[in-house]
Amino acid sequence: MLDASHAFTLPAAAGVGYKAQHFNALVEDPGTVRWVEIHAENYMGDGGRPLAQLRHLAEQFPVSVHGVGLSIGGEAPLDATHLARLKHLCDWLQPASFSEHLAWSTHEGAFLNDLLPLPYTEATLARVCSHIDQLQEQLGRPMMLENPSTYLAFTESEMPETAFLAEIARRTGCGLLLDINNVYVSCTNQQVDPLAYIKAFPLAAVHEIHLGGHDEDADEHGAPLLIDAHSSEVVDPVWQLYTETIRRCGPRATLIEWDANIPDWPVLAAEAARATEILTPVPA
Amino acid sequence: MSQTTFHTALLAPNQPTPPGLVDPQGRAAGKRFDVYRNNVVVSLTDALAQAFPVIAKLTGPRFFTALAGAFLRAHPPRDPRLATWGAAFPAFLTSFEPAQKLPYLPDTARLEQALRESYHAADSTPIPASVLAALPPEQLATTRLTLAPSLRMIASPWPIHGIWAFNMSNGPQPGASGEEVLITRPEFAPQMQILPTGSAAVLAALHHTPLGEATPEGFDLTPLLSALLSGGAIIALDTAP
Repeated sequence: MLDASHAFTLPAAAGVGYKAQHFNALVEDPGTVRWVEIHAENYMGDGGRPLAQLRHLAEQFPVSVHGVGLSIGGEAPLDATHLARLKHLCDWLQPASFSEHLAWSTHEGAFLNDLLPLPYTEATLARVCSHIDQLQEQLGRPMMLENPSTYLAFTESEMPETAFLAEIARRTGCGLLLDINNVYVSCTNQQVDPLAYIKAFPLAAVHEIHLGGHDEDADEHGAPLLIDAHSSEVVDPVWQLYTETIRRCGPRATLIEWDANIPDWPVLAAEAARATEILTPVPA
Repeated sequence: MSQTTFHTALLAPNQPTPPGLVDPQGRAAGKRFDVYRNNVVVSLTDALAQAFPVIAKLTGPRFFTALAGAFLRAHPPRDPRLATWGAAFPAFLTSFEPAQKLPYLPDTARLEQALRESYHAADSTPIPASVLAALPPEQLATTRLTLAPSLRMIASPWPIHGIWAFNMSNGPQPGASGEEVLITRPEFAPQMQILPTGSAAVLAALHHTPLGEATPEGFDLTPLLSALLSGGAIIALDTAP
């Protein structure tokens, strides 16, 4: 078990999910943005512009590497080739943190490009912990695990998601990445109180927060069905939940995620500025 | 429930939701399960459309969605790096029955795939053009070239560059004749140049034979060599006989 307490060095300030179209604006006028996050799988080519831009960005900003394809919750063993690619990226880039998802995305070698849900059982817990142990050992650093957006529940689940994540952090020493949009999406979909979720969450293990937008729909019975989309502004209830979380745990590195229908830089910078205001309240 | 059960239902839109997946009232998670179905198919379809924008444009959204749906089930990504997914797409287009009316699609897709590969290929440093120019002709014939990893060439009986330019950069109506297209990446943006017939075969030979041997009698090497030099695609010379 690795000690996570000194391993995450992202500043307790606002960051953004890096998009190539924002490169010039970000480098020249970052506003309140103090760090960037990249999706690991987009920087595993042999060369070219993506890697050149990343090398440049890393000179100016702390970088968080966020994996979206390791399938930590998968029933199969972790893909050794992909693990080696993650290690290579972390070795040359020396990012401020590495994070992945509580989800599965690969089955029998086929990558599904979505974060698929898991039943919260003892068997899943043992499997996820063993995969995290393997990853942390291979990378030589602790990781953060992110809470998912969920749309349904498994009848076989034995414990709440908060207890499941707390136990993973306790057993593996990993940090947690608290995605507050995911909390709001999942709690709305599961019809539980999002503030109760935050109160039950092991906030001491949280070293990064994600904020993002979601889409609104309804299921066939007319119940609200929110869908994690990262294609719009953070909504007010998520900002309120974020404010309450920061009040409880103190400032944490906070990312604005916007991955589809990507806006011009000033719109994204304004979202980051709003997070910065909440992170650094004006003294009374 | 096993992930095999979940996975099978995920890619079979007409199958019922697997038992054990429920809404907050304990009812079967019909539309809620469909969110995952939709995420998988839509995100992979979008990724394919981004990788092959000309094919997406030529076929239109409805046809492309059906095409991508068939491709992602027959050839799902085997690697979480989506930039590597799609190498099998040109050949799939050859066999996809509804695409037979557009026989130029597979070669157009080959061109798009070559552009993607070039974009992500390893960086390299070109030799200055003066080094090649300084060689006496008899030494040139025995010289072997080391070519940049980002270099690609696609030859087709269809005007693939014309089709690409017409759809991507407001180029003129494509002509009727085939094209041999060289792709170089002087810095980070792949560039295309149309070269005379026979250039692709010569370039293929240049990867492992000296210039003199690779060049057929009467073939003018100048356009190919100058395209390689201007594209920064020659990274070393071996002049040892």
